[in-house]
Amino acid sequence: MNQNSKPKLAMYWASSCGGCEISTLNIGENILAVDELFEIAFFPCIADFKVKDVEGYPDGYIDVCLFNGAIRNSDNQEMAELLRRKSKVLVAFGACAHQGSIPALSNLTSRAATLETVYLDNPTLDNPQGILPNTQYEADEGLLELPTFFNTVRSLGQVVPVDYTIPGCPPEPHQIWTVLQAVAAALLQGAELPPAGSIIGAGTVAVCKECTREKEEKQIGRYYRPFEIVPDPERCLLSQGIICMGAATRSGCGALCPQVGIGCRGCYGPPDGVDDQGAAMISALASVMDTTYPTDNGNSLEQQIDTLIDTLADPAGTFYRFSLANAVLGRARQPASPVHK
Amino acid sequence: METLNAEQLNFEPVVVGFTCNWCSYRAADLAGMSRAKYPANIRLVRFMCSGRLDPVFIMKALKGGADGVLITGCHPGECHYLEQNYKALKRFKLLRRMLSQFGYEPERVQLVWASAAEGTYLAHQISRVVEEIRALGPLHRASDTPSFELIGDAQLQEATV
Repeated sequence: MNQNSKPKLAMYWASSCGGCEISTLNIGENILAVDELFEIAFFPCIADFKVKDVEGYPDGYIDVCLFNGAIRNSDNQEMAELLRRKSKVLVAFGACAHQGSIPALSNLTSRAATLETVYLDNPTLDNPQGILPNTQYEADEGLLELPTFFNTVRSLGQVVPVDYTIPGCPPEPHQIWTVLQAVAAALLQGAELPPAGSIIGAGTVAVCKECTREKEEKQIGRYYRPFEIVPDPERCLLSQGIICMGAATRSGCGALCPQVGIGCRGCYGPPDGVDDQGAAMISALASVMDTTYPTDNGNSLEQQIDTLIDTLADPAGTFYRFSLANAVLGRARQPASPVHK
Repeated sequence: METLNAEQLNFEPVVVGFTCNWCSYRAADLAGMSRAKYPANIRLVRFMCSGRLDPVFIMKALKGGADGVLITGCHPGECHYLEQNYKALKRFKLLRRMLSQFGYEPERVQLVWASAAEGTYLAHQISRVVEEIRALGPLHRASDTPSFELIGDAQLQEATV
């Protein structure tokens, strides 16, 4: 096949860890098929491309761009806008591009507080002059510019229109491969693409559907953090008091974490029909709290509930670990206050 | 004492009240019929049961312009659907704990039990909640910066010094 007639593929990282690229390369020898099917137009992780190369492409030159990472600073935003312009199909790839993921947890605090922790107030720091990053610096060679650090982390879809979303932290390699095959079939053989705006490479229901653990009527007397308990290998983790986000998380991963005794972290985001993953989790967790009324131990109903909630460390960070940017509340009103009791 | 600015002086809080069909909405009805006064700041929404109240409704109310939320339901042990008001209480408590991490004063979301016979009591509680939320001030301030604003470096220096 003529090199130039191949569909153009791009993959870019914004505020991310690089795990999405690793997961993509983890499709194994199929990566050779990707190279055969697509021409790589921009993929800084595996090949030497410059932003100038992308700027030089005509608009819509890239057929599919897999964009991973959240929008943390002005550089991320510029790249998102550039790649949106240059791409026919822009895919929000992975949990950060989907709903903000780990970077968006800093929406519980502020830009000022984040910079203070990173540059000024930390036992491992040596910054006696209190130097903070500037966006401009007058060097001998001329004026140097650095990206501006935003106060709020946003997902890709909050910055530019997104055609498809592949959720997951990272997306599972077999799901990535399925999607790439579908895209190649659409581009090369005219097969039909899924409707615009779809979440692809994932299921539609909750992770519980894929989890083979034994489900039972749940009544939880307290919650456990992973280090506080050795989970029973057969029973549902939530029944054992281990926070498992499976009930409020989209399927598609094969319930990998619960199968090995780790509660679902929630990386595939909320399932179809759920607006807010954290709200869904509050509903689920509150419904299974075990309390008695009339009370039989001298504690009021409210005290029992408070004691039970005390065993749940960091509700916001747990429920919105992967979805804070797209949560209804989106960010904290002011720098985060200590958890109120 | 702190002097009030114009925004605070003219502040009329908006409180969304979620009431259940069987007790608290009827209590509000009774308050009306008995001419018991409560402030018009509250906007009552009727549900079949407080257990129907998804936490996302409360978040959307707060995000969408309300200064506070009042959840009401049947007294414990008296739920029309047996025990759904216990679920409402548990969700309310967990949500409130989490809202404080988002910088929302916990008092902005309150829960009151009221039976169908407690019209005057509910009217009194509504007045109390509205006044407490008035004292907290507006949730949405004109001076609030947009949620994804850029902050200039000068402000940053100021904020971190």
